[in-house]
Amino acid sequence: MFQLYLFIFLSVLALWSASMVLITKNPVHSVLYLTLTFFTLAGHYILLNAQFLAVVHVIVYAGAIMVLFLFTVMLLNLNKTGQFSKSTITKWMAVIAGGLLFVVLVASVKTTDLVININPNLSQSGLVKNLGNVLFTEYLLPFELSSVLFLSAMVGAVMLGDKHKK
Amino acid sequence: METIIQPLQTIPLMYYIIFCSALFSIGVIGILVKRNALTIFMSIELMLNSANILLAAFSAYRNDSSGQLFVFFIMVVAAAEIAIGLALLISIYRSSHSIDIHILNRLKW
Repeated sequence: MFQLYLFIFLSVLALWSASMVLITKNPVHSVLYLTLTFFTLAGHYILLNAQFLAVVHVIVYAGAIMVLFLFTVMLLNLNKTGQFSKSTITKWMAVIAGGLLFVVLVASVKTTDLVININPNLSQSGLVKNLGNVLFTEYLLPFELSSVLFLSAMVGAVMLGDKHKK
Repeated sequence: METIIQPLQTIPLMYYIIFCSALFSIGVIGILVKRNALTIFMSIELMLNSANILLAAFSAYRNDSSGQLFVFFIMVVAAAEIAIGLALLISIYRSSHSIDIHILNRLKW
């Protein structure tokens, strides 16, 4: 029962901070709320006993990506120039469209019957040892290819960020 | 072991689906509402993360490691995507001094 309360608390906090990302006007506050969202999502991973994913999520998202976002916000000096927004009617239409999407997603899942055969030896899959076994045997090729992806992303980012090149 | 099995049986999988749908919808609303390209990037991150949570939930409930490895690869690709996207954003800002997407509509012609 305690886990259920924890799940509800984390979910409400995540949804609230995700909404605040959109509601708040200041881009720096928006980035900080997104960081809070990512920490609550890390809590969700821990609740699912996916320890490896929780650690990687904190390092990659809350560590690297959020620092990159904050760095960009401060580099672009958005506090002065970032004050533009769409018209009120567009905002309401967007919220209604998003709400309808949510309703359709939930309704479509509700009509399907989810057959989950819960294994007796549940949720050992998220442990580092088991994930490592699968990663370095079954998914070795995608793992190596992701290093090539990172190299190309790094080269691309440096090339795009180069000031003197036109 | 008992303490690990407990949470998965007290939280129905349906709750995860509803939560992730709500998070995904918030991301969609953010993309539709905002004119700031940086906030649109953040909304994309929200949508990616809602998909990640759902993959991890299904993976944990079915005791299958593949779902969690997919989450790992999605994180890898998201990190690369954000690095490239923010570099693009900065280079656009240098040329047009704005990241308002209404000014960045020159790709239409």
